[in-house]
Amino acid sequence: MDPVLIAHVREPNSFTLDFYLAHGGYEALKTALTKKPDEIIEMVKASGLRGRGGAGFPTGMKWQFVDKKSEPRYIVCNADESEPGTFKDHLLMERNPHLLVEGCAIGCYGIGAKIAYIYIRGEFYHVQSVLERAIDEAYAKGFLGRNILGSGFDCDVYVHRGAGAYEAGEETALLESLEGKRAQPRNKPPFPAVAGLYGKPSAVNNVETLCNVPVILSKGVEWYTSVGPEKNGGPKLYCVSGHVRNPGVFEASMSVTLRELVDGYAGGVRPGRTLKAVIPGGSSVPILLPDQLDIQASFDAIQKAGSLLGSAAIVVLDDTTCMVWLAQNLLHFYRHESCGKCTPCREGTDWLHKILQRIERGDGQLRDLDLLTGISNNIAGKTLCAFGDAAVTPVLTTLKHFRHEYEAHIRERRCTLPADWRARQPVGAH
Amino acid sequence: MSFHPKMAYDATFHKSARQLEEEGPAFGYTAENRARFEEIVKRYPPERRRSAVLPALYLAQHQQGYITANAIRHVAELLGITRADVEDVVSYYTMFYTKPVGRFVVNVCRTLSCAINGAERVTEAICTKLAVRPGETDASGTFTVLEVECLGACDRAPVVMVNDAWHENLQPEAAAKLIDDLRARGEAALSGCHHVVERRKDERTGD
Repeated sequence: MDPVLIAHVREPNSFTLDFYLAHGGYEALKTALTKKPDEIIEMVKASGLRGRGGAGFPTGMKWQFVDKKSEPRYIVCNADESEPGTFKDHLLMERNPHLLVEGCAIGCYGIGAKIAYIYIRGEFYHVQSVLERAIDEAYAKGFLGRNILGSGFDCDVYVHRGAGAYEAGEETALLESLEGKRAQPRNKPPFPAVAGLYGKPSAVNNVETLCNVPVILSKGVEWYTSVGPEKNGGPKLYCVSGHVRNPGVFEASMSVTLRELVDGYAGGVRPGRTLKAVIPGGSSVPILLPDQLDIQASFDAIQKAGSLLGSAAIVVLDDTTCMVWLAQNLLHFYRHESCGKCTPCREGTDWLHKILQRIERGDGQLRDLDLLTGISNNIAGKTLCAFGDAAVTPVLTTLKHFRHEYEAHIRERRCTLPADWRARQPVGAH
Repeated sequence: MSFHPKMAYDATFHKSARQLEEEGPAFGYTAENRARFEEIVKRYPPERRRSAVLPALYLAQHQQGYITANAIRHVAELLGITRADVEDVVSYYTMFYTKPVGRFVVNVCRTLSCAINGAERVTEAICTKLAVRPGETDASGTFTVLEVECLGACDRAPVVMVNDAWHENLQPEAAAKLIDDLRARGEAALSGCHHVVERRKDERTGD
């Protein structure tokens, strides 16, 4: 499959309006404005586009659920890309921002919204300036603002900068943050489609999801569904990082296998190293072992293999990685990012991190392993949002596949990876 | 008096651990920032001015370097919300500083992909260079070093964010040099390489 979303990102000026227009930009918006809003939603439904933020929920259904009786309605774009290992939206917004702007405008037209807010994470200040420039250009050429292209449709797009909170990536927490409060999740239901931003019907969509919408309109539903396996259609961005020779963002159909992504696109592990494990969808999903990689990197196939595609953040780990250290590193992240609203998560992530730290430095005991499992089971499923389940996954998955490493740490009172690796590896990865 | 049968009222653990923000000097937006604030507020429905609290705080932090109680009061008054509402937000988000920081805040990513590509050695190099520990400001008051969680550029690990500018594929030696550069040339040394996508690949030696 030829890249569509990031076809031109390596060319200079790919972020400018002139470049975008020269490559068929805003044609999809023109097409959309000749159709009825319902037709847009039907098209997106027929395309089978699934949310690219992590959950893989069908976007067309999400838009259909938006309560059409209540005004105003909002599109909220989730650009709070914070899942460790994910950097696809970063590239899209930095090098192809007009695609997102066009997607926002079409989305607004579809659900009958007049305003789209793009909630971008605070650390992406340089990306925000590119995006804001693109929005200004779009206003100047009449692709945004009042009476767009003479259709009578009004649409404003604003960028809202976050301030450093992983939890703001959860859709209801994002809405809270956008309303000027702490980024803490709300109880669901009501879902944002009924009561979202300011209690009004809203559609919260990931950057990559909205970027797919213009593609559906310009290339057609038939083309879109023909790319990739059934129910997993359309181009997909994969972020491959970690112990690979050529890390980066790669676009492929979801027929591609994990092995092709790791060994082909990303160049495989470094010379002299062997593959130990792969995290296929960001730090919040279970680990896959090297013999499990010959599966399609699609939502359904990875789920069948016991993990999740999530945000398609593939973190590759070679044989120099200590799995106890890995769990400790990720729990440091979750402990820091827990929003503190639900007690099991707020307290539990801290306990897990403390226990992992003591095992890692050689002060652990065998009963700690049961303690880890026990605490994890008391967090998972007992919190308002999916953060709790995400936070315990690194612990449970490493315990499941690499229990012997934990036991070796406890028995030997140190990490058991060969000493020369430790010297050549970063301090943390010893 | 105490409500506890055995414990004195002033026992240490009965005291709130909450740290109040520094009062700081009198605060008000400059005319320029006030104008920008008024522009920003227009993005949100008139009855939802509270939405502008994050951008309003960024303006305050930009103007003064960190957020003081007086800045919180000013923002609260402008948005028509209570001081507690604003303080609630300030204390939650990691990108607001409630203590003075150096002119350059050096944020080193410490999460998985950066960590397995040597982020800790980068932190070590920077900290040794400045004779500080992570979280501290150096003696000259120019640099504050922070370890932060995933910055979202894992293909270009290790990543360091200095104020709002990014430095990617940064090896320990280069990190130490960056500190020297910043000292010598100030903001001019903040190149970042985010617009040079072509350079993203193959910059790493592959071990």
